[in-house]
Amino acid sequence: MKKTVFVGALAVAGLSAGIAAADTLADVQARGKLNCGVATGVPGFAYTDANGDWQGFDVAVCRAVAAAVLSDPTAVEFVPTTGKTRFTALASGEIDMLARNTTWTFSRDVDLKFDFIGINYYDGQGFMVSKELGVSSAKELDGATVCIQTGTTTELNLADFFRINNLSYEPVPIETNAEAQQQYLAGACDVYTTDASGLAATRASFEDAANHVILPEIISKEPLGPLVRHGDNEWGDVVRWTLNALIAAEELGVTSANVAELASAAGNNPEINRLLGTEGTLGEMLGLDADWAVKALSVSGNYGEVFEKNIGETTPIGLARGLNAQWTSGGLLYSPPFR
Amino acid sequence: MTSLTDPPKESFRLGMLIYDTRYRSLTIQVVALIGFMIFAAWLINNTLVNLAVQGKSIGFGFLSDPAGYDINQRLLDYNSQSTHWRAAFVGLLNTLLVAFLGCITATVIGVLVGILRLSNNWLVARLMTIYVEMFRNVPVLLWIVFTMAILIETLPAPRAFRGENPEASMVLFDSVAFTNRGVYLPEALFSRGLGDMPIFPDRDSPACQPTEDGSVEDGCGVFQISLDLILILAVFGAGLYGSSVIRKRADRIQNQTGDRPTTWYLRLGVVSIPTLIVLAALGFHLGYPALKGFNFQGGTYLRNSLIALWLALSLYTAAFIAEIVRAGILAISKGQTEAASALGLRSNRIMSLVILPQALRVIIPPLISNYLNLTKNSSLAIAVGYMDITGTLGGITMNQTGRELECVLLLMLVYLAISLTISAVMNWYNESVKLVER
Amino acid sequence: MTDIKFVRDAMVEEQEPPAATAGFVGWIRGNLFSSTLNAILTILSGGFILFVISALLPWIISPTWNAGSLRECHEILAGHEGACWGVIRERWLQLLFGFYPSELYWRVVLDFVLLIVAVAPVLFTGLPRKMLAFSAIYPFLMPWLLWGGTVWLPIAVAFGFVLGFLAHRFAKPIIGGLGGAILAFLVPVVWWLFLAGPVSGGLASVLPLALETVESRNFGGFMLSITIGVVAIAISLPIGIVLALGRQSDLLIVRSLSVGFIEFIRGVPLITLLFVASTLLNIFMPPGTDFDIIMRVIIMVTLFASAYMAEVIRGGLAALPKGQYEAADALGLNFWMSQRLIIMPQALKISIPGIVSTFIGVFKDTTLVSIIGLLDPIGLSTTIRADQNWNGIVWELYGFIGLLFFIFCFSMSRYSMFLERKLQTGHR
Repeated sequence: MKKTVFVGALAVAGLSAGIAAADTLADVQARGKLNCGVATGVPGFAYTDANGDWQGFDVAVCRAVAAAVLSDPTAVEFVPTTGKTRFTALASGEIDMLARNTTWTFSRDVDLKFDFIGINYYDGQGFMVSKELGVSSAKELDGATVCIQTGTTTELNLADFFRINNLSYEPVPIETNAEAQQQYLAGACDVYTTDASGLAATRASFEDAANHVILPEIISKEPLGPLVRHGDNEWGDVVRWTLNALIAAEELGVTSANVAELASAAGNNPEINRLLGTEGTLGEMLGLDADWAVKALSVSGNYGEVFEKNIGETTPIGLARGLNAQWTSGGLLYSPPFR
Repeated sequence: MTSLTDPPKESFRLGMLIYDTRYRSLTIQVVALIGFMIFAAWLINNTLVNLAVQGKSIGFGFLSDPAGYDINQRLLDYNSQSTHWRAAFVGLLNTLLVAFLGCITATVIGVLVGILRLSNNWLVARLMTIYVEMFRNVPVLLWIVFTMAILIETLPAPRAFRGENPEASMVLFDSVAFTNRGVYLPEALFSRGLGDMPIFPDRDSPACQPTEDGSVEDGCGVFQISLDLILILAVFGAGLYGSSVIRKRADRIQNQTGDRPTTWYLRLGVVSIPTLIVLAALGFHLGYPALKGFNFQGGTYLRNSLIALWLALSLYTAAFIAEIVRAGILAISKGQTEAASALGLRSNRIMSLVILPQALRVIIPPLISNYLNLTKNSSLAIAVGYMDITGTLGGITMNQTGRELECVLLLMLVYLAISLTISAVMNWYNESVKLVER
Repeated sequence: MTDIKFVRDAMVEEQEPPAATAGFVGWIRGNLFSSTLNAILTILSGGFILFVISALLPWIISPTWNAGSLRECHEILAGHEGACWGVIRERWLQLLFGFYPSELYWRVVLDFVLLIVAVAPVLFTGLPRKMLAFSAIYPFLMPWLLWGGTVWLPIAVAFGFVLGFLAHRFAKPIIGGLGGAILAFLVPVVWWLFLAGPVSGGLASVLPLALETVESRNFGGFMLSITIGVVAIAISLPIGIVLALGRQSDLLIVRSLSVGFIEFIRGVPLITLLFVASTLLNIFMPPGTDFDIIMRVIIMVTLFASAYMAEVIRGGLAALPKGQYEAADALGLNFWMSQRLIIMPQALKISIPGIVSTFIGVFKDTTLVSIIGLLDPIGLSTTIRADQNWNGIVWELYGFIGLLFFIFCFSMSRYSMFLERKLQTGHR
């Protein structure tokens, strides 16, 4: 049978060179592409625009890392992952890093053998209900039907919350945000629960957003951050300090507008100089160029700019900085010093 | 002299393993076995190496940990503190439930449509053809999500039942509510019920300590059986047995005398009166669903996910069964129909007495494989959020524990066991109805 | 003697049939109202048809072709019920091609046109046999057109078969049939594993004939469904033949291995195999192997299809009269020769309708990949609904996807029926 040739052709075509060796940084540089796992579609965080280009808050982290490592923010292969496939994709080496609103938990860090390299968004699980139900607190939800997006920590938090408060509820597990939204709007569930950022984004897309409220209770801590495989600390450092560079740049006042100017010559703030590589050898220590942070910041600016552009109050998502403000303005963002 | 006629003593040569047909088959088998074992060892070795690299171990201990999530439709007691084992088992029962319901409705619809497709009514036959082609040529997953969307979008939400002038109202004397969360039906209640019997109770657990009225809590035992149900089923079964005794007696009398005694009222009485007496003694009454708080409370609640899956699977499979039934009927030679009508049978009696019993033998083997398909397709429950075993063990448990290898392995074994059981049972049935050729 | 004639000498004039049994009225009486039950059924189904049409037609005829979002549709319709076809206008290319680069759509289209050309001589016996030569080339052409890359790779892979054939042809007279067979197997394998890559790489650097590479993760929509379905069926055919022969074999171990594989695959749902593809397959492979997800799905779907294919071919083998086997034995043909010259050509011919329906089944089942996150049409419909413009669209997308699937599958099933009828007259 001539058709057996398919096996050979496919095997050869499918065996890509990506060997998951320990030295991810060298692999990425040799490949000239960063394989970055993202969500399949979360408004504001990771989605494809009409041209098929990936956009969003999580996507910006991938691009910044690609710029720092490969000097090219477009040298990224985005791999859409679901709640089910994301960890296997990372563990098997299919992707080099995962930037997909993933909650940092003990078991993921320790048992599943991943390294969370930082937190790029502090989130928490909340509830959205229709105003006409007249509910003002999650404690009043006894007997309610709750739509949950599966594959996350959400259903565990929810079970705990209702159990602690001795309330009954009817869980409706749903695979995707779009379907959950459809069921919620049709009244097939009273409550929609997911991360507060997701709720805000979902609510923003409603035609009658004013008729829906997000209840004040936040029932869980959801520190979301990018992660890499356990055991490759050099690569972990690259991703960690790229994220830190974005955060520190906001604190230090380095923006996409002035980064080129600040990087042209050493200024009088030594920390900015070290960050931008005009002083010291931080880039070399990471195994990157001296101006790695400049490249990362030139893509779409510092953390604050990325936030404003993708999910900030001027966007349809309309999220306030809240916990995600710099520590100097009462938030939790606190980059270790570049020294 | 005998030494001359003796054939030359054959010495064994290595080449005979290949060129001698007596040994060749052995050689091939050994080679195949060795090849298979090398392949399996290669896979296992790869797996172990990879898992070691990822720092994972293989073990099923995690299944005894608390699951931590809730399941909406549970035929067994289950809460978020129950183990993953129990969650998987609850899911398995849900799989079996939808598969069982689906097989029954699919058979009923399929047989009906298959017969109607052969109807001499042009319009009906065409309509049935359209139905069959429509369902057979569109993926079942699309039908499932489509049915779910229809239920969600076209039925009223529970809040539409509220207020002075509600947009929607309950049907059948306010006893049944069709909402986009599901259907609420009246439930059977017993005011003087016998309670439940725990199976495999753990006498020391707090749930098993008798309360004031002598009953035990829900959490006692591995699962509980309703004594009321057992009693009713037992009495009803006895009634059916009595009825069949009467029928046999009537048959005997008919064979002897040619006259058949009228027995229908006797048989009806034997079946119904004891059952009614038991129901009355148990204080049977219906509990009606009523809108309280966010949802209807009371009554039996059939969730939309179950209905959508059940409906879509039955309609899809029924289209295939209809084709099988049609082919089965067409396979019966026309002479049978003609002979039957020569005997003066009406066309519906010809179908039920002559054609279908014969067609059944052609129909059953492909029917079995369609039951299997339906059961396997029920794993698509995950698309509508029905918590079958794919949704519990292969869904949330797998996501939360990250034990893909163990979960997928268990999942496959469970489905394999279900499939093999169904084929075994149906094959046994097939044997029993097979034409005994003489 | 009176002249009485008892024989008519003129034909009686043909009478008009009773008005109630002929013509339109007769047809209606005979086919729609032949009995009370039939009359009731006719009225019921007529009412049902009218109801469906009156509900659907106004919805379908809806002037929303140019709308850019659901909100615009609502404005155009101004409160009336109606479909929002703008989503189809904006996204139909995405539903067909996924994220395949739009300037390269021609490659996909060409590929599927050539697929029809390649399959035609197998499906329609009236076509010239020489077209089979193209069918043999096509398996190498197809992946190249879809995935792109250097032309030398498929050529190098194809060359492996040539090598195998040459080894068989020239080694056989020297070292005997068995050695020839082993060599015919070993030489291509060695070629593919160790030489094909470097050679094609070398040739590519000398003469760079290449198409732009397209990553498989850009595959989506119907193109993904068709690719998975076609590749899986094509590869599963030879595997299925081997399994079917294994299942029929007298050799206990070979038979049990085949039966075990077939029954295992047929006993588990496809979705569990897709879970294996999405989470486990890379764990089973040597460390460092990295098939991308579409490749893994194709592998698992191929295994799935092979088991069903084996059963179809076993049916074809069983349908052959025993005399064919005995005649082949009587001619002194060995097992492989009798299979190749006598049994398989006939068995495969009988199996074609079954193969086509297996293909339809696999093609429909490719929608399951949406559950593991691939963007087949159903997966894309979720993505499209995640777009704020089209949030809340349901029926239009499902309707469009369903219609396309229906057109594909219905035409194939009609073909298979046509073939069945043709084969029936030819063989009994």
